[in-house]
Amino acid sequence: MELAPYLILGSIEGLVTAAVLALMAVGLSLVFGVMRVVNVAHGEFFMLGAVLAWFVADMIGGHPAISFVAALFIAPVLVGSLAVVADTMILKRIKYDPERTIVATIGLLYIIQQVTLMTYGSNARPVEPPFNQRISIPWFEWTESGLSMYWPWGLGTTTYKLAVIGFAVILLLAIWVLMTRTRIGLIMRATQLDRDVAQAYGINVDRVYALVFGLGAGLAALAAVLIVPIQQAHYLMGHDPLLLSFIVVIIGGLGSLAGTVVAAVLIGLSDGLISVFFTPTLAKIIATLIVTFVLIFRPSGLLGKHNP
Amino acid sequence: MKKTSKSLLTPRRQIIKGAAASLALGAVSMPLMGRYAQTQSAEPIKIGFQVHRTGIGAAYGRWYDRTTMAAVEKINNAGGINGRPVEIIAEDDGTDPKRGAEVVEKFATQHNADLAFGTLFSHVVYGSAPRAGELKIPYFVVSEGHHVASGALNRYTLQPGITDVKSQVQAMAPFVANNLGKKVTMVYPDFAFGHDHRDYFSAAIEAQGGQVIEKIAIPPTETSFTKYFPKIPRDTEVIYHVMVGPAVLTFVKEMGEFFGSSRPEIFGFIDSLEATDLSSPGLEFLEGTYFWEGNPRYAQANQSEYDKAYRAAVGVDANGASVSDSKDVSTYAHMFGCWETLHIVKAGMEASGYRGTGDRAKLIEAVESMSDMPHSDAHPQGAKRFNGKTHQVFGHQYITKVSNSKLDLVHTTSIEDTLYPDEVDYTKQSF
Repeated sequence: MELAPYLILGSIEGLVTAAVLALMAVGLSLVFGVMRVVNVAHGEFFMLGAVLAWFVADMIGGHPAISFVAALFIAPVLVGSLAVVADTMILKRIKYDPERTIVATIGLLYIIQQVTLMTYGSNARPVEPPFNQRISIPWFEWTESGLSMYWPWGLGTTTYKLAVIGFAVILLLAIWVLMTRTRIGLIMRATQLDRDVAQAYGINVDRVYALVFGLGAGLAALAAVLIVPIQQAHYLMGHDPLLLSFIVVIIGGLGSLAGTVVAAVLIGLSDGLISVFFTPTLAKIIATLIVTFVLIFRPSGLLGKHNP
Repeated sequence: MKKTSKSLLTPRRQIIKGAAASLALGAVSMPLMGRYAQTQSAEPIKIGFQVHRTGIGAAYGRWYDRTTMAAVEKINNAGGINGRPVEIIAEDDGTDPKRGAEVVEKFATQHNADLAFGTLFSHVVYGSAPRAGELKIPYFVVSEGHHVASGALNRYTLQPGITDVKSQVQAMAPFVANNLGKKVTMVYPDFAFGHDHRDYFSAAIEAQGGQVIEKIAIPPTETSFTKYFPKIPRDTEVIYHVMVGPAVLTFVKEMGEFFGSSRPEIFGFIDSLEATDLSSPGLEFLEGTYFWEGNPRYAQANQSEYDKAYRAAVGVDANGASVSDSKDVSTYAHMFGCWETLHIVKAGMEASGYRGTGDRAKLIEAVESMSDMPHSDAHPQGAKRFNGKTHQVFGHQYITKVSNSKLDLVHTTSIEDTLYPDEVDYTKQSF
């Protein structure tokens, strides 16, 4: 394949990765930013979203679009509710102590993973996309008769992949609006800035924490519902996205939403392009290298605020 | 320990009473036990079953388990082995080599199992076989890898129930070169099993005047595949694909999306779609492509009586899915290996007069002396020829074509097509 079509294919693949990654990492970043909780179980909330999407689609049946839209609403709400319960029953009890929350969320990770294995099983199961047409992408070349259009071999994508990118952009904008333009966003930011002062001003910090933890988990689940028609729901699928989310959040700056999105696009695109031109392994090596350099030269991340 | 020393001190009369009571209980609750009462020892033969219950091999593990249980039930109903019942001790290895070695150790030291059996994934076999050799416990693998016949393992490791990749690909190459094309691009998983495919198919297709023009290795844990496909050269005539792991459906779907309407010929190993429904959305492009199958998933027009009985015993319908859930598709091309291996263990134990763990070497010698095995209830996949020197079995291979989302048999290779010169003589190694 020639260079330019190669580049387009790599970019589209990269953007799909970036879209899902951004949603998931924003959830992780939100939880860390507001609650200072490193949620190791975040990948399992992602997995749970995909598995629940399969259950919903399987139960409702009918046209794939109907069951998919239902899953898009039901799965994140269920996963979010579970996270709220986990917050009030576990994290609140250990007073959000940083070390203990890590251990607690590791425990949560194994509980969710094993319960899924025991109920849903070890199979990878597909959810049908609501729509999925292959689009061949044309390209231009100079021939004797001037500029002409042709369809390079293998250059194409699907309508569903493009829709995932579009939907993720809309969702990210919605989160941005939520955080900056609404009262609840203001309360979350206030809690993030100073928990004690926020409490002194009458903000119910416990409730904010539960809400943020639920929202973060819901975002991970939403990302999973979007990706599950492309990949399949499997009980081990949370591991890789969790690692990538941590990479993204560290590069972007813990707690910085804009930084997270920028880092997700950076990692996603570089993963797509480097994978297409070289090897996917090299893409992972480079992502890890970037993390190392960010930690050395900009420990607070690309857009993170300096904590003196 | 405490328990035994206590029971030794129990007065004799009480022992007799207890024995009588347990005999009575046994007679009521376990009618099967009566059949073994004649033999000197009614102690069960313990077979340690190393099973991929979790990890990337879990779908195979589930069906290996069902097949194994069905085979044991059949063997026990027919009177067990040497008059003793067979008991399966299953342990999950997590499809992980390190855990695999621990599981083998557990069988040998904790459970005091007579032998270990059942592993599929080649990296787990590589991880476990040396430990089996050290502990001197027979290790019957059902793994397909060339590692047994290559001489990399040891005298205690045998593969008598399933053929190896080298013989499979060697038998496929003439069909690919003569019917599909000579310029082949290979897509395979990046670990021992995939490397076997890469090395032996490259050599076999060159012997047919063909050529592998690109080799694309994909990590078995990968979940997204489109990014690998641009490396497929445009002059590719045949795609040769083999993939494993939970994301196989994504792999095949994305391959279809990549090619669109202008695909080259496609030849795949059914591994790429084991435990996956062929009528899944997105797989329509596979229509008219070819697959290697170890054992045809769909019941064929010329289905043998043996296959019919085996299918019924395991609980698989004519489409290769579970009789209780048509969405639960089996790993039909591989799992027969468990059934056949257990029948070989039975034959080996009977031939050697096996009585206990002290006779392990005799069991291995008995299996080593086996050769031709006819198509039968014990070998429902087809006739086999075992090579005692290389510890590897050889058998027929099947090529099927996708039509109407089913796999129709188009070619069956002979056993001779799959033979290659010995690379090792395990019988020269000491026990």
